[in-house]
Amino acid sequence: MKRFRRHGHESDRDRLKQELFQFNKTVEHGFPHQPSALGYSPSLQLLAIGTRSGAIKLYGVPGVEFMGLHDENAAVTQVHFLPHQVELVTLLDDNSLHMWTLRAHKGLSELLEMGRFTLTGPPGAPPSVTRVTTVLAHSSGELLLLGTEGGHVFIVEVPGFRELEERNISLDQVASSVPDDYIGRRNLEHVEALQESPVNPDQVVIGYGRGLMVIWDLRKRCAIQHIPATQQLESVWWTEEESYILSSHSDGSYCRWMVGGKDVNEEKEKSDIPYGHFPCKAISKIVHLSTADGASYGDRHCITVIHGKTHVALDFTSRIIDFFVIREGPQWDPSALVVLVEEELVVIDLQTEGWPVIQTPYLVPLHSSAITCSHHISVIPLKLWERITAAGDLQNAHYSKKPWPITGGQNLASDPPQRDLLLTGHEDGTVRFWDASGVCLYPMYKLSTAGVFHTDADPNDNMNQGTEGEWPPFRKVGCFDPYSDDPRLGIQKIHLCKYSGYLTVAGTAGQILVLELNDEAAEQTVEAKVVDLLQGQEGFRWKGHTRLDARDEPVLFPPGFQPFALVQCQPPAVVTALTLHSEWKLVAFGTSHGFGVYDYQQKNSILIKCTLNPSDQLAMEGPLSRVKSIKKSLRQSFRRIRRSRVSLRKHHASNAAKLHDANARLEAELAEMELAPVQRKIEARSSDDSFTGLVRMLYFADTFLLDSSHNTPSLWAGTNGGCVFAYMLRLPPVEHRADEPVTAHPAKEIQLMHRAPVVGIVVLDGCGAPLPEPLEVAHDLARSPDMQGSHHLLVISEEQFKVFTLPKVSTKMKLKLTAMDGSRVRRVGVAWFGSSRSEDYSESGLVVLTNQGDVHVVSLPAVKMQVHYPCIRREDVSGIASCVFTKHGQGFYLISPSEFERFSLSTRYLVEPRCLVEAPPKSATSSQHRPQPDRASSAYSAARPVMEHALLNDESEYLRETEERMY
Amino acid sequence: MRDTPPDHCVVHLVQFEAEYRRFAVKKNGPGGFQEFYGLLQTIHQIPGVDVLLGYADVHGDLLPINNDDNFHKAVSSANPLLRIIITKKEDEPVVFGTNSLQRRKKGLGLTGLRTPGAGSTHSKNRTGLMIGMPQNFRQVSSIIDVDILPETHRRVRLHKHGTHKPLGFYIRDGVSVRVTPQGVEKVPGVFISRLVRGGLAESTGLLGVNDEILEVNGIDVAGKSLDQVTDMMVANSHNLIVTVKPANQRNNVMHRGSKTSMGNSGSVGSAGSTGSILSHDSPSPASQSNPITASCANSNFNSIAEGDSDDEDDDGDIILENDSLMPHDSHQVTDSNNVNLNRDSPTNGPHSSTVVRPLPQSVSLPSSVGASLSDSSMTSNYNRNTAHTASNRQESMREDGTIITL
Repeated sequence: MKRFRRHGHESDRDRLKQELFQFNKTVEHGFPHQPSALGYSPSLQLLAIGTRSGAIKLYGVPGVEFMGLHDENAAVTQVHFLPHQVELVTLLDDNSLHMWTLRAHKGLSELLEMGRFTLTGPPGAPPSVTRVTTVLAHSSGELLLLGTEGGHVFIVEVPGFRELEERNISLDQVASSVPDDYIGRRNLEHVEALQESPVNPDQVVIGYGRGLMVIWDLRKRCAIQHIPATQQLESVWWTEEESYILSSHSDGSYCRWMVGGKDVNEEKEKSDIPYGHFPCKAISKIVHLSTADGASYGDRHCITVIHGKTHVALDFTSRIIDFFVIREGPQWDPSALVVLVEEELVVIDLQTEGWPVIQTPYLVPLHSSAITCSHHISVIPLKLWERITAAGDLQNAHYSKKPWPITGGQNLASDPPQRDLLLTGHEDGTVRFWDASGVCLYPMYKLSTAGVFHTDADPNDNMNQGTEGEWPPFRKVGCFDPYSDDPRLGIQKIHLCKYSGYLTVAGTAGQILVLELNDEAAEQTVEAKVVDLLQGQEGFRWKGHTRLDARDEPVLFPPGFQPFALVQCQPPAVVTALTLHSEWKLVAFGTSHGFGVYDYQQKNSILIKCTLNPSDQLAMEGPLSRVKSIKKSLRQSFRRIRRSRVSLRKHHASNAAKLHDANARLEAELAEMELAPVQRKIEARSSDDSFTGLVRMLYFADTFLLDSSHNTPSLWAGTNGGCVFAYMLRLPPVEHRADEPVTAHPAKEIQLMHRAPVVGIVVLDGCGAPLPEPLEVAHDLARSPDMQGSHHLLVISEEQFKVFTLPKVSTKMKLKLTAMDGSRVRRVGVAWFGSSRSEDYSESGLVVLTNQGDVHVVSLPAVKMQVHYPCIRREDVSGIASCVFTKHGQGFYLISPSEFERFSLSTRYLVEPRCLVEAPPKSATSSQHRPQPDRASSAYSAARPVMEHALLNDESEYLRETEERMY
Repeated sequence: MRDTPPDHCVVHLVQFEAEYRRFAVKKNGPGGFQEFYGLLQTIHQIPGVDVLLGYADVHGDLLPINNDDNFHKAVSSANPLLRIIITKKEDEPVVFGTNSLQRRKKGLGLTGLRTPGAGSTHSKNRTGLMIGMPQNFRQVSSIIDVDILPETHRRVRLHKHGTHKPLGFYIRDGVSVRVTPQGVEKVPGVFISRLVRGGLAESTGLLGVNDEILEVNGIDVAGKSLDQVTDMMVANSHNLIVTVKPANQRNNVMHRGSKTSMGNSGSVGSAGSTGSILSHDSPSPASQSNPITASCANSNFNSIAEGDSDDEDDDGDIILENDSLMPHDSHQVTDSNNVNLNRDSPTNGPHSSTVVRPLPQSVSLPSSVGASLSDSSMTSNYNRNTAHTASNRQESMREDGTIITL
């Protein structure tokens, strides 16, 4: 009987687990890593990006996003939407074509792969014959024209990928009709461009690599006109009136050719090399619209926009992948230029004077400077939210006021239930505030800490310098700027109190800033306090970087978070732990040498403890790894090269040599790493291990530290060597808080026998619930902790979870992780899980990420394993290191330097895209613009001859932007 | 005598029938064991009485002094104090019995007070080379579970406690060949790649290069990465039990034979451990002469395995508390030192140092044994832990400068 009941109890728990926990990867935030292709559907108003890892992502109105992944691990080289349909075709660099569709299912659309296809050539033909170089999705929506490396054009019926062999345009057919005097007639080379006539869908222009362009009639199956360009062809554009064809060439020139002339040998109408006297790269894509003219220009990463007399060369900071122009309004005017570069998406408002940039609501480059840490805060009070938003709006004044021009699809997700902030710290000393409440990770505000210090950045050494009156008229656009002037500025730890608006950030050179939110600009001096963490420890030699040089004079800080106190650790090692208690007005910080507590009200240091082990040589000498220094020197050489390119060109050779040197060194380093045998030492940890004194965890708690009748403020510190220090804090009464000193006294010290690094410390109240955050109770947002029952201390080391009694510390229970399955705790957080079935049931638990990339939920206070799911590949060390948990069972981790994956362990809190894209009503969209007298209705059945359909259906203007190749 | 510079001299605290004496000797002065033995007899005025000498090493383990080698080892381990425990030698060999029960109770009871009348003195230790009895050694390794494992496998326990000797081995990835119903199959496996000279693993002789690791503390390593296996081993390093498939299958234990053959084959197992005098669990020379002893030793392995459960090792966290007083006036009070030590742990050194800190701190290791320690009388000697605690108390008495005679 007993047995039965027990069994029943367990299944109850199992059911409860199902109601509480479920694992989902919900959405990817940020900018796709290594984008390789861009597509746009004017009818759907959807943007598609393909990546080198085979992912395809679609974006519409903010909140509408889809993602698909090709099974093949090959780069997506081209993306083409089928006109007026919800299908798109991707070309991969393994020469396979894939058909995707947005299928509605239960009122939501999903992106599905429908089919795949690879061209097969005649037996014995070389692979180049069928190697696809160009794809044209014909405006009929039923044909794909595939230009190949061999110079043939294959015609395929979609969506079924049926080859229409009899209609293929073979190279021989074309070559036979080429005029005899054309120089390159013996070798036309590959098909470089395919363009459909904007008026007559029967006609396409085929551009060959050697320069020849042929206007081909699909129905008559013959060449109508030959355009004998002799420069290597890059791209072709057929102007809207059908009267001209523009071609751009590898020598940086572009030409305009009259179409429909009497016969072959049409003369060149106009030829121009826009930047003739510069050494040019090819113009790789040219687009001509009725009012604007755009051309990509490649010495740097440039796109030139020429409109009447206005002529701007937009200078991007990374390589251009592709661009297109969005058009709107009754005149079908170009309204925005959308440029995909390797590290960001830039949208330029072409209708506002000065062509300002439109801020992107998604696809924001998280890595505009490398992310060094992140911090998540759930349920931000409205007041703080509004103040941060206001501060951010002031920073974004230079952006265009126009709404986001890509508006496809409907976002059906309900409004996020709460306001969440994600803070990312960056290598250049900035902290970015992101609205992480919903599907779009939207930039709210950017805080820069560099102004507090003198940095070696030369203010004259600006990329924007001296462009006035220069030719070409460069204008720098985009925010991707990975070149940090001083790596010491890098942000390592962040802690924000959402109730008081106090923020503390700590960085690479042992600097800790305390900041306060101020709605007005203020000029103030930041008081610097140097704290010697060595405390007279002998035999120490710091070989690392020097301390940052703080400015003595007042600095003007813009509205937003303004620093008012600065602590600088000596030695200036990277800050490894940081916490802030806004009620007590204390900040605790730790490095590899020790930890301290700073009173930011009285601006003095109240505790310094050295945790250094004198036999630990590495910690004694500083953290400089060779890899890091190589990274630094590489960065410097790159920066030098960039600078010299702007200013002087004559140092090129020496810089190239330096770069070569740096590369050689890096290679040697890598080779050395690979030669090391793959074996692991089995050794017990000892106190002599490296960095045992490194402080991993700092935690403030109001608990029963000394006796079971009086609770006192306390500070807990955990080290890399498995040691926990507890200090009792004596705070003066509130009325004397400003003048009486705060004191700290050592109270306890726990050395964990297994000596594994301490990664988490939590005090559980009398009910077994984690203590609330400071001010949480005061703001009536949390139940006050149970101070009647006895408190417990939970110490989480990399290897086990251990609960101790308080105030007398003795082990109560534990959960071993490493000894059982060999995984180690990398990240841990406390989270609330609500039941999906009943509104009022919730429990707290520990969310744990291991070095194997698994996430576990561990119950509190019983420390029992509940569920575990594989989450991150275990080889993805940076992904695991970047993981951050929310208080509601969600988490973020970097899947690339520029993208966060969002996941959820909760059944109740789930942020995922829910959106619908409907097939465009054909007549409605096309009537908006140029009415076509011969426009067909869409009633033609698929059974009709394809050509006939194509002939009648003329909506070719949609194709314009998407059908071109970049390379 | 106590003001002699410690770097020149070794100060001994000698206990004999609850009598304490302190004296100094030159660290490099005394010649050999016999000379020292004579000196002790003189100091204690017991010429002619046969005694057993033991000393407490830095880890609090009681180790014997019965020849020149371990005498020099003892002297060198003094820093500067060396505690010597002298007990009257019993005549019955049963006292040093080779079965586990005896060993636990009495073998470790050397510290305690043995009734002087328990037996008459015996004088055979002066003849020839002295060979230590098994109980005179600290266990560093053992082969366990021979009766339940396939004979091609070997389960080895490495006792890290007490030694500063590194575990001393490396592991690597490799390919293992398994025979399955489908035929021979190659699967990834983890192997020992290197033994560190002078390390625990090498000195036991029970592990060898290219041995395949099958289990770590009872958990199958199949499907686990090298790093996972490494972490499991490190996490269990204080009491590591590895099941290996030795690359050299010639020294395997045959457990299908009789008890007697078991003992013998056990000693074959130890043949691999040549040069390791400390690995007494693979039957030591003593067991070769006596098959019954060997089988007893076998049962001994099992009982240790149970006794040394993980938990014992695991709760060895050291906790320093400062809870007796309010902190601001704590500095004045030093008498309230409440020293609780409940087990010998590798970190004994820090323990002792905490005792002399000016701050009142109670050192406690959370277990029931620890709680009872302060009450347990010096004569209680049910296990090593208490023995050690008692000796710690003696140390703290010594700090007070009192020489106590009970």
